[in-house]
Order: sequence, then structure tokens, then C-alpha cells
Amino acid sequence: MRKMSFSEAIDDALGQGMAADPRVLLLGEDVQGLHGGLFLRFGRQRVRNTPISEAAFLGAAVAASMAGLRPVAEIMLVDFLAVAVDALLNHASKLETFSGGRWQAPLVVRTACGGGYGDGGQHEQSLWGWLAHIPGLSVVVPSTPADAGGLMLAALELGSPVVFMEHKLISSIWLDFLGSGGRDTVTFDVPPDGEHGRVPDRWQPIPLGQALLRKKGSDVTIVTLGVGVHRALQASAELEKQGLSAGVLDLRSVSPLDKAAVCQEVSRTGRLLVVDEDYEGFGLSGELAAIVLEAGISCKYARVCTQTTIPFARRLEDETLPNVARIGAACRKLAG
Amino acid sequence: MAPDAWMLYGLMYKSRVFEEAVRQIWQAGRISGEMHLGLGEEAIAAGIIPQLVEGDALALDHRGTPAMLMRGVAPLALLREFMGSPDGLCAGMGGHMHLFAPEKLAASSGIVGAAGPAAAGFGLAAQMLRPNCVSVAFFGDGATSAGMLLESFNLAVVWKLPVLFVCKDNDWAITTPAETAVGGNLLARARAFGMRAEEVDGRDALAVWQAASEALRHARAGNGPVFLWAHCIHLEGHFLGDGLLDMFRRPVYSLRKRVWPMVKGFFHPQGAAWGERLAAARQIVGQVLSIQNQTSPQGDPLLCLRPALERENARRLADLEASIRDEIQKVVSQAVALEGNMA
Ligand SMILES: Cc1ncc(C[n+]2csc(CCOP(=O)(O)OP(=O)(O)O)c2C)c(N)n1
Repeated sequence: MRKMSFSEAIDDALGQGMAADPRVLLLGEDVQGLHGGLFLRFGRQRVRNTPISEAAFLGAAVAASMAGLRPVAEIMLVDFLAVAVDALLNHASKLETFSGGRWQAPLVVRTACGGGYGDGGQHEQSLWGWLAHIPGLSVVVPSTPADAGGLMLAALELGSPVVFMEHKLISSIWLDFLGSGGRDTVTFDVPPDGEHGRVPDRWQPIPLGQALLRKKGSDVTIVTLGVGVHRALQASAELEKQGLSAGVLDLRSVSPLDKAAVCQEVSRTGRLLVVDEDYEGFGLSGELAAIVLEAGISCKYARVCTQTTIPFARRLEDETLPNVARIGAACRKLAG
Repeated sequence: MAPDAWMLYGLMYKSRVFEEAVRQIWQAGRISGEMHLGLGEEAIAAGIIPQLVEGDALALDHRGTPAMLMRGVAPLALLREFMGSPDGLCAGMGGHMHLFAPEKLAASSGIVGAAGPAAAGFGLAAQMLRPNCVSVAFFGDGATSAGMLLESFNLAVVWKLPVLFVCKDNDWAITTPAETAVGGNLLARARAFGMRAEEVDGRDALAVWQAASEALRHARAGNGPVFLWAHCIHLEGHFLGDGLLDMFRRPVYSLRKRVWPMVKGFFHPQGAAWGERLAAARQIVGQVLSIQNQTSPQGDPLLCLRPALERENARRLADLEASIRDEIQKVVSQAVALEGNMA
């Protein structure tokens, strides 16, 4: 066992994948600096800086993957994917169907997401529900270093398009780059178990679509992902002192979605709370309600999500993103 | 209209003093997130913005503070916005990358390239609603790789929109040198769209004024868009805490945070051939060395104009600078006091 940070784990697993398969390359804006370890290890052919041309390089990555490469295209922040979404929405995701199953796009889109460090509503969105809405895309949202590395390896090996999302609050590279800018005068509510942790000596792929029960609970099931996992665990620890037992299920990927695990837990507790940093309407939280309904499970349901554009003001931002207080209150209300 | 060098210097100096105050307040942790300052590109805004009239519009990028200030937005409203307070320009909801002043038709975006379509749309509204008015887009060299900006060039040309597209080219987009990301020559590129295009020394506010004055006349007369390519530097690099500049400014921190992971990668047993690794290492070293020119006094637009004014009237210059420093100092004290009241 080794210990490393969330961001190190992703680069480490990607490095293992690049060493094992010469078709894997990393491209994106400033990747040679942001992932300097990979740049100095693999050189300019396989770690490529791009112009600020997301529509071109993401579209090119899709086609390169169709022609034998295994590109990992980094879209700095998922918010910026908006200018290039055509490559995923109309091309990567549809290729397999359009070609009658004869052609795949084995591509990983690596992108930072999430808020909690004061950059405002154009840099801190989650958008995983928006992406998972598209049939033919896998969407991965790890919450710990061990998961991040294992899921990255699985994404590289999957053979179809995957969006791999790294939450900036637990990714020290991004948090340092965008949040603190090297200052020690600002602090953030960083979940330590997300930011740093034990990882295997050699990465093994963690199959996509397998949720992980982070904590057992008998009264309420909290289904969540990313930083939400850590917020939910903290809320659950506080609720426990008040005699309320809340379990925490970490989805780890939005698509494929581990419906069986969700249904199993919710049918045990009869109460489902979704904690989702993505927007509330028309997204993952509603999808989870539909899944348990379709399975014929009768349960009480509530959700703690982001309802509005994320405010720049730090205090308002903290109130807008799912936080421990809101999760605790929602659990008590469900159980009460 | 001939430019008034004193007025231009005053605008630049005020922007400089204000942004230096912002830097300190950010450093003290009272402003969250990233901070992209316009330190080094003041002459471009100063040469253009005083020539705008009511009804003209501004499409800004993530570095919009000098332009907003020079267009007449109150420094206190800007500073309070940066501090995320309800009495800020946008009620603390936007922050420095998302500044909006509807009464001045001035809008910003943190999405690189977005100033292009915004300026085209403002130009269309001017064409249909406000005869003789124009819109101005400000963006960096990095944005010239964004499809939406280039599409806007074409749209503005085919619709003969009254738009001034201003590229503030500092040769870098974060850590990426323009020579590795921008193909061809930007003047030739703009001209290939059928647009009038000029190159100007963006350190020289008087030269920018002259170039902009002709460009604005062209656009206001209904002759279509103009591209202005203005060269500048960024004294603080891409943003406060810039990693490449930090390599010299804070070597110990940089060694631990940035260099150490690279060293580990360099010596990893599995990877590219040594020649490849060395080329990568040389490239990083080259970038760290060459980005230092962003901080060179020769590139500083204030130092470019100041000596002439000092020769003309040293006393007047000292008074001008003192009164601006006073004004900004008052703004800062007020902003800090307001924060105290709210806490
Ligand atoms: C569409 C998009 N891609 C990437 C980014 C991240 N980003 C912010 S500023 C920047 C560099 C911009 O360079 P340039 O246009 O030259 O402006 P400068 O910062 O040098 O003034 C990048 C890549 C973004 N904000 N939007």
C-alpha cells in the first residue's frame, strides 16, 4: 500500500496505463505544466499542449480514437466543455449505434468539476447529470484517491467514451491552481479522506457502474457521489449521536448507474436521500427517484442538490452547494 | 481629436494603483478564487475606452477590471464585488471574471473566446437600434484559437457589423507560448476574413489611441469591423500566484509543489527515451526563463508614457499621482470598513 493524493493517484494510474499501452496519449490546454510529472516521463509526443480550441481537439480526439489511438483529452474545467459538447453529444456517443456496432470511440475525457473554492458559477459546475443524460457516454465521479486511480484505469480500458470527472475540492493540483493560488491566507472545507489516502501498489481497474457502500445505515440511505460522499459521511456521523442511522452509498459512476445497489439499500431503509452537487432539476436526483419507483419500492424521498447558479460570494456558495447542515436536516425530516 | 496624454496616463495610473490594491487584498485572503489582473495591458484599454460614447458596448474577457474602471464603473463597486459582498457591482454574485454593467452595455465572460459573439451581438443591436454606435471586444492571444471568436469575425464581416475586435497579445495563454498555439500571422488571418486589420504597440497608449481612432471612425461609418492587434505584457503573469513566475519568486515552494513531481516523472523507470525526457525538461526550463520578460520594465505601459510627462511638468505629474493614490486609498479603506460593518 502507498499513500497519495487524489490528483497524484489519477496521474499515477494514467502513467501506468500510458506505460502499458503506447496508444494512450494525454492532450489538452497546459497539460505539460499541469501534469508535469507525466510530461517529463513521456515527453512531447504523448503529453501534448493544445491551443484553446476545445471543439477542435475534442473532436479530433474522438476521431483519433476511431483510428487506433487511445486519447485522454483534458477539458480543463467541465464548464468549458460547453464549447465542444458536439464532439460528445453528436459524435462519440453515437458512433457505436450509427455504425451498427462496427465502430467504437475508446476515448477518455478528463475534466475538473465542482465548487467550494470561490471561483463563481462559470467555473464550479458539476454537470455530470447533463452528460450522463446522453446515451452512449460513461460518466465517472470518484470520491477517493484509490477509486480515482482504479476508475481511471478502467476508463482507459473500457473501449467506449468515458467522461472522467475530478472534483477540484479534493484535487490538490486544481485547488492550489484555482483556489489558493499559493496563498496560505485562504482555507477550504476539504474532506481529508477525499484529498489523500491509501492506494494499491499497482493499480487494478475498478469496473464502472459499481457503487460502494461507504457506511451501513438502517434508517435512511444517502445516495451520493464525489465530495457529496464526504459531506454525507460527516452528516451521518453527527446524526448517529442523535440516534439516527444514515447509510452512505457512493455511486462512483453516474453512467453506468448501479441501480441494483440503490434499490437494495433503499428497500432496506425505506428512505432515500439524494445528495447531488449537480443541479437539482431534471438530473441525477430525479433519476434515482424514478429508478426506485420503477422497481416498485415504496420509500420516502428527499434531495439536497444545487438549485441555482452558484454564487461567487463564498458564504452564499457554501449555502448553495450541498452541505452537512442541509444533509442532516433533510435526514431528520425524512426519518421524523 | 488628439489624445490627451495626461488623461490617458491618469486612467492607466488609476487602474494600476487600484489593481495593486486588489492584489494585496487578494493576497490577504479577502478575495476568493482566481484573480486575473490587467497589470501591463492598461494602455490598450486607455487608448480605446475614452473614445467610446454613450450607446457603445463592451464585450470583456476574464481580465476586465481596467476596462470597467476606465468606462466609469466605480472602483468601490468593483472592489466590493471582488470581495463577494451584496453591495458589489453585481451583488457579489459574479466576481472579477463576471462583471456586468448594463447601463454601460458592458459584459464579461470567463469563457475564452466568448467576447467575440458578444461583440457581434452588441454590434448588431447597435446597427439596428443605435446608429453610429459600436461594440468593442477585448480578448487575448489564446482566444484567437477559439472557434467562436473566428466565427464572429466572419459574421461581423458578412453583416458589416460595427465591431472593434481587440487582441491584447501578451504572447502567452497561461503556460502556453503563443508561438506554439497560434498558427500564421494574426493580421493576415483577420484580413483573410475581409476585415480591416492593424497592428499596434500596446504599451504605447498614444499609439493605441491613434489606431483605435481610425478603426472606430471606420466602424461608426458603417464600413464593417476592424481587428486591432495590440502587443502587451502581463506583469503578474496569467493570474496572481502564477506558477511559472513563482519558480523564481518563491523557489522553495515551487520546488516542492511543482518541480518535485516533475523530477519523479523524469526518473521513472518506465517512460519515454531519455532524449524525449530531456527535450521536455529543456522546454520547461526555457518557459520559466522566457516568461520572465512579462515583468520587464521595458514592457510597462506606464513607464512608456511617464518620462515625457515628467519632462513636461514634474510637479503636475506628482500631484496627479498623489491624488489618484489618495482616491484609491479611500476606496480601499471604505471597502474594508464596509466589510467590518457586515461581519
Ligand atoms: C473555453 C475555455 N477554455 C479554457 C479556459 C481556461 N482559461 C482561462 S484563461 C485561459 C488563457 C487565456 O489566454 P488569452 O486568451 O491569451 O488571455 P490572457 O489570459 O493571456 O489575457 C484559459 C485557457 C476558459 N476559461 N474557457
